[in-house]
Amino acid sequence: MKVSLKVWRQKNANAAGEFKTYASPELNPNMSFLEMLDVVNEELSSQGEEPIAFDHDCREGICGTCSLVIDGKPHGPHKGVATCQTYMRSFSNGDQIVIEPWRAKAFPIVKDLVCDRKAFDRIQQAGGFISVRTGSAPDANSIPVSKENADLAMDAAQCIGCGACVAACKNASAMLFVSAKVSHLGLMPQGQPERYKRVKAMVDQMDTEGFGACTVTGSCEAVCPKEISLDFIARMNRDYAVSLIQGDPKQVAGGGAG
Amino acid sequence: MNLLQRIWRSSLGKKYLMALTGLALFGFVVGHLVGNLQVFGNPELINSYAYFLKSKPGLLWGARLGLLATVAIHVAAAVTLSAANKAARPVGYAGGSAYGSSWRSRYMLVSGLVILAFVVYHLLHYTVQLPAVNGGFDFRSLTARLADGTQVQDVYAMMVHGFQVVWVSLFYLIAQALLFIHLGHGLSSMFQSLGLRNHVWGPRIAAFAKVVSLVIFLGYASIPVAVLTGMGGDYLKNKKAPTPTIETLR
Repeated sequence: MKVSLKVWRQKNANAAGEFKTYASPELNPNMSFLEMLDVVNEELSSQGEEPIAFDHDCREGICGTCSLVIDGKPHGPHKGVATCQTYMRSFSNGDQIVIEPWRAKAFPIVKDLVCDRKAFDRIQQAGGFISVRTGSAPDANSIPVSKENADLAMDAAQCIGCGACVAACKNASAMLFVSAKVSHLGLMPQGQPERYKRVKAMVDQMDTEGFGACTVTGSCEAVCPKEISLDFIARMNRDYAVSLIQGDPKQVAGGGAG
Repeated sequence: MNLLQRIWRSSLGKKYLMALTGLALFGFVVGHLVGNLQVFGNPELINSYAYFLKSKPGLLWGARLGLLATVAIHVAAAVTLSAANKAARPVGYAGGSAYGSSWRSRYMLVSGLVILAFVVYHLLHYTVQLPAVNGGFDFRSLTARLADGTQVQDVYAMMVHGFQVVWVSLFYLIAQALLFIHLGHGLSSMFQSLGLRNHVWGPRIAAFAKVVSLVIFLGYASIPVAVLTGMGGDYLKNKKAPTPTIETLR
């Protein structure tokens, strides 16, 4: 099969970008979308043209590095898979495929289809962790966790931080990502000590990064390769309201150490 | 930073304000509908109700100012949020966008702004009773007498008169259709924004929003439709015929 690609080309963060159309060489329908780009790039370099830059790493749907808005939908036509697990058999011979980078002010474009997702790292650094002593591993199951909460926490923890939620949202909102990170720790006993401090810090960082607000359109949930639910956003909203009402901790003279 | 500043500066905080003011406005929409549906009873029913409202100026103005503040917060939060949302995506997509979004959610700002314009018109029409926005007719000249003999404004005749003008009814129906879209999304998002939704209540809340928004639409739309199909026509005709007043009876 052969397809034609309409691809966003942009030399660097400051250059103006534009769409360019390329005809693919003969493809195997069982190639992944990224393998197809590899083949197209081989040909581009053999012709002395700059290959198309795109993000990729594990290519098995768990690292969250690949991106690409394919024909208007992040991660391509299927539900619950990332671009790396989208195969050319999902397209027809002769199709024109439009490939764009994630579009958000908080995700500036580095080159072509590669955008800078460090905003997500900064949100994680603001509170997406628990503070524990390192050392010997604790006994398994020494802290009881209800089955329901364990399952919910695992659902939230599936988030691979790819940013498809931001790419799909008409407001470029990062609420689904942040809510997954807030919830997966907030549902576990180990996450309780920093639960409200965490949600406040992460949401405030999200606002600082310039992501939009949630208008509950449901786009993020629809494109998420890990099918993270909008319910987590409600959970985050609830926790953030509690943290607002709690206010800042009481100032204690002498550092509060006794 | 105090709580109010924190709420206003946070995107989530503004969504709480949207939800809470939206809830208050929803309460008004329901109350106003129940009041208006009295038009289907005896003309004296709605006339005495209107007289009752106007006879408590303290409560009336308290409610009016409260509603004005609520609308102001709702609109200010909506406009600033959507400006921030637009700024969050400076360059759009070529290959279509808004994949998987519910259609109601995409028209919240535009439906809201048209409803706001309608509310301004509606206030000029029936509250300020500006003759200029109603084909030159002065509603204040319509009076009626209650059973106890009090002379009051004939609100029943005013509603019939107002809705007999086809374009007025049409604008009213368009605004109600937009309110139907707005509430269909807003009533369920309200719970989401306040965090009062989970996998159990999610489907129930979505169904509640759809049913309630439809009931409200049918309720409000029934009034101009009834007037346009003849309700109250005879009442107005009888009114225009010279009726004995106190003076002529003397």
